[in-house]
Amino acid sequence: MNLTLNVWRQKGPQDAGRMETHYLKDISPDTSFLEMLDLLNEQLMGEGKEAIAFDHDCREGICGMCSLVINGVAHGPQRATTTCQLHMRSFKDGDTIDIEPFRARAFPVVKDLAVDRSSFDRVLQAGGYVSVNTGGAPDANAVPIGKEEADKAMDAAACIGCGACVAACPNASAMLFVSAKVGHLAHLPQGQPERTRRVGAMVSAMDGEGFGNCRNYYECEAVCPKDISRDFIGEMNKDFRRAALGGR
Amino acid sequence: MNGLLASLGTSIGRKMVVAVTGLMLLLFVLAHMAGNLQVFAGPEALNSYAAKLQSLGPLLWAARLGLLAVFGVHVALTLKLASENKEARPTAYAHQTSVQATSASRTMVMSGLLVVAFVLYHLAHFTFGVVQPGNHELVETLADGTTRHDVFSMVVLGFQNPLVAISYVVAMALLCWHVSHGVQSVFQTLGLQSARSRDAVRKASLGIAALIFVGNASMPLACLLHLVDIPSGN
Amino acid sequence: MQLDAKIPSGPIEQRWDDHRFEMKLVNPANKRKHSVIVVGSGLAGGSAAATLAELGYRVHCFCFQDTPRRAHSIAAQGGINAAKNYQNDGDSVYRLFYDTVKGGDFRSRESNVYRLAQVSSAIIDQCVAQGVPFAREYGGQLANRSFGGAQVSRTFYARGQTGQQLLLGCYAGLNRQIALGNVKMYPRTEMLDVVVVDGAARGIVVRDLVTGRIWSAAADAVVLATGGYSNVFYLSTNAKGCNVTATWRAHRRGAGFANPCYTQIHPTCIPQSGEHQSKLTLMSESLRNDGRVWVPKEPGDKRAPGQIPEAERDYYLERKYPSFGNLAPRDIASRSAKEACDAGRGVGPGGRGVFLDFRDAIQRLGKDVIEMRYGNLFEMYQRITDEDPYQVPMRIYPAPHYTMGGLWVDYNLMSTLPGLHVIGEANFSDHGSNRLGASALMQGLADGYFVLPYTIGHYFATHKPKPLDTDHEEFKRVEREVEERIARLIAVDGTRTPDSFHRELGKLMWNDVGMARSEKSLKHALSRIPELREEFWKDVRVLGGRSEMNTALEHAGRVADLLEFAETMATDALVRDESCGGHFREEHQTPDGEAKRDDENYCHATVWEYTGDPGKPNEHREPLEFEYVHLQTRSYK
Repeated sequence: MNLTLNVWRQKGPQDAGRMETHYLKDISPDTSFLEMLDLLNEQLMGEGKEAIAFDHDCREGICGMCSLVINGVAHGPQRATTTCQLHMRSFKDGDTIDIEPFRARAFPVVKDLAVDRSSFDRVLQAGGYVSVNTGGAPDANAVPIGKEEADKAMDAAACIGCGACVAACPNASAMLFVSAKVGHLAHLPQGQPERTRRVGAMVSAMDGEGFGNCRNYYECEAVCPKDISRDFIGEMNKDFRRAALGGR
Repeated sequence: MNGLLASLGTSIGRKMVVAVTGLMLLLFVLAHMAGNLQVFAGPEALNSYAAKLQSLGPLLWAARLGLLAVFGVHVALTLKLASENKEARPTAYAHQTSVQATSASRTMVMSGLLVVAFVLYHLAHFTFGVVQPGNHELVETLADGTTRHDVFSMVVLGFQNPLVAISYVVAMALLCWHVSHGVQSVFQTLGLQSARSRDAVRKASLGIAALIFVGNASMPLACLLHLVDIPSGN
Repeated sequence: MQLDAKIPSGPIEQRWDDHRFEMKLVNPANKRKHSVIVVGSGLAGGSAAATLAELGYRVHCFCFQDTPRRAHSIAAQGGINAAKNYQNDGDSVYRLFYDTVKGGDFRSRESNVYRLAQVSSAIIDQCVAQGVPFAREYGGQLANRSFGGAQVSRTFYARGQTGQQLLLGCYAGLNRQIALGNVKMYPRTEMLDVVVVDGAARGIVVRDLVTGRIWSAAADAVVLATGGYSNVFYLSTNAKGCNVTATWRAHRRGAGFANPCYTQIHPTCIPQSGEHQSKLTLMSESLRNDGRVWVPKEPGDKRAPGQIPEAERDYYLERKYPSFGNLAPRDIASRSAKEACDAGRGVGPGGRGVFLDFRDAIQRLGKDVIEMRYGNLFEMYQRITDEDPYQVPMRIYPAPHYTMGGLWVDYNLMSTLPGLHVIGEANFSDHGSNRLGASALMQGLADGYFVLPYTIGHYFATHKPKPLDTDHEEFKRVEREVEERIARLIAVDGTRTPDSFHRELGKLMWNDVGMARSEKSLKHALSRIPELREEFWKDVRVLGGRSEMNTALEHAGRVADLLEFAETMATDALVRDESCGGHFREEHQTPDGEAKRDDENYCHATVWEYTGDPGKPNEHREPLEFEYVHLQTRSYK
């Protein structure tokens, strides 16, 4: 297939950036989206131009490093799929594809399509853990956890922290990410002692990073590569309300 | 977090205030509608209802001020949140699209601001009598010789002007649009819905919005079509 | 180079306990005075950094990813082993030890493996306490599944995302220590060299991948947890960023490299679809619990799988290994697949694939159960291949996946370079010449949580490193060397991209030093690698500046190191003139194609000392003794 690619180029955080158009020929539909960008980079370097910087690592949809907003949709057109797992068979010969970085004040562009998502780490540092030191744990089967609750915790824990939710939200809100992290521990007995403190601390940290406010658009849920449900946002709101009202 | 007050400093806390004030406004809209629907019961019902409200005196003023405060908080906090949201994405996407967000959810600020404009117009019209001063001065003489404000005639005559009636219907469509997302958003923001109740909440939200539209739009339309009219002989 | 493995004496059950008692301690007040550099933030590095910080040490942790939680441990799918015996099926520490030594084809160190089995239970306890959502039974107890090379169910799992969940747990602990100020984390920072002062590793030189700045960090000890070198094959299941630079640079500074020829080729990966392919994707080995592996009996049978009647199918693993069947260990399953394909019975494009069929399991258990067990893996398969594995059998083929070789370490996990500790996949220790499934996560966390935190204290207490900072002349000298090397890479200004060299090296290594090796192929590789390296340094083209994010420059540096390492790896494969585990020399096989070990001459770990020429390293040997699991021909029949 032959493609026209409009790609965001930005030299560094201070540069204004612009879209740049490139043409790519004879791409196999079995090529993954990132392999298509690899080919574009090989072509650019062959012409003596600098490669386009983009984040990627595992290329099997689990590390959460790949990003990109493809034709206006974070991680592209296929539901529940990361960019690295998206294949060119999702596009048609002759298509024009717009490729942009995740855009948010809390995700400043590092270069071209690569962004700095360390704001997520700082939110997690505020409370996304169970305070247990190595060595002090009781037997793993000492506290039974019903399968349904364990499964719910796992549904939330499946979050790969890619930031697509923020990229897709018209307000650049991080509520789906934060609620998935809060929800994971809220569904487990191990998470209970710090539950109230955790939700308050993580929401404050989230606000401090400059993410926008959730207005219940649910665009986040639509682009989440791990299908994290909006219900976790509702659950976090509930935890937050209880914490604010001084209840449990 | 140190309880309720501190939570107002956070995004979720502020959103909860927007949700609660929105809910209060919704309850007011429903009560207001229920009262006004007495227009279908004729002049006596509506005018005596209006007179009863007037007779509350200071209580009425307290309610009005309270309502104004709720309204002000709802609007002001929303605008603050909206400006934060704008700051949260300094560079817009060149290619803009959305996947599943409803148009109602994406236009809440706009629909809300238009409703604010309508409310000002509505107050100027029926409360302060600036729009149709003639209608506002109408009085009704009762059997004992006393007079009271003829709300019924004011409303009916007002709505018999097609421009006025249409503007009210359009405004109610906007309010319905706003409420259709607003109610379900309240439940989500306050953490009152679960995976199981989510669909029921969505349907209820649409139902309440439709009810508000049908109930409120029926009045100007009925007057315009003379289904409700000034009793002959008056 | 002296190899002193420091293996404790006494009965094997007592060795670790005795050793822990004999090791010297650092008193709590003095721990603050010691600093540790941890390079890598996967399961091994992340758990070590967090645990060392909990103990009171000052920790500096580095990773090249944008956050520690993206380390490649995250991609492990199937599970983590532990000798809990929750299933009451006869498991024990001794059995896990036995299975691992046997699975490693008698090329691992018994004492290390026993310790690994001993601490395995505590790992599961620790992970559950952190909130790792392992799969559960309805009654709330932990669920287990079986894995290749074992006849008990001892594998704990979290859907098909066990590595992710364990890493998130470990990263959460790390985050807690970062928030407390006990760990200073440096993401997007790549280690490019080790600094040795007075014969001990005292720091590293790194490049900030965002600004390009070269700087160094000093500490009392350096811990490498930088993973394996499967990307020497270019196409592997490893993440694109995985590389050999950290361990190779440490090797050049004096750390012995042990058994680099031991690489694991994972049997269940999605076959390559074309030349554009940038990596291979693993399908968890757990699929072999319910999937049946087969090929058509007749070579060249091009019928659709559904058209091939039962009688014309060869379920070759079940036929050849009736007691382990589809759960035969990885090296055996991989080689059998290759054998079938070499005989012309392979399926799919180019005949490089075998079927992994769930038809019978779906009939027996229902689609729901299969979906619950493997749903996300099936989805992943469908996304990549555009085929529905509920309807048609998966096609799989072996791919490089894990490397058992690594920097040599003693029982205390210290390399031959004093102060330089190596943990996780980066070291050579526990898996011999073949790793069993679900043992990598176990080893990474064992090293990081329960071994290194004790042994590093002993190092501090006995070596008493002197205070030192990066103004020291040696740091400045190594920084200059690193700068000069980067300048040289840019100055070549040739015509080929770093990626094209990497692909060429990968193809060469896969063909000559891959699943099957021979003297002829290895000699070919050994003549070609230095040529390719020379071409690289004459013709590579690195565009862009050094003082900014430059992905081509990063890649070029890693390829340059792989080009050196590959030669030592091929040398090791040539010198090890036997077959064992994942190292299969075509000259040494039984009549029915099994690996034939030569315990007489090769029952040792080969440790290479850098001499300045990666093709002519000095050979050292650590003899391996098998006092408990006696040497025998490994059989899974």
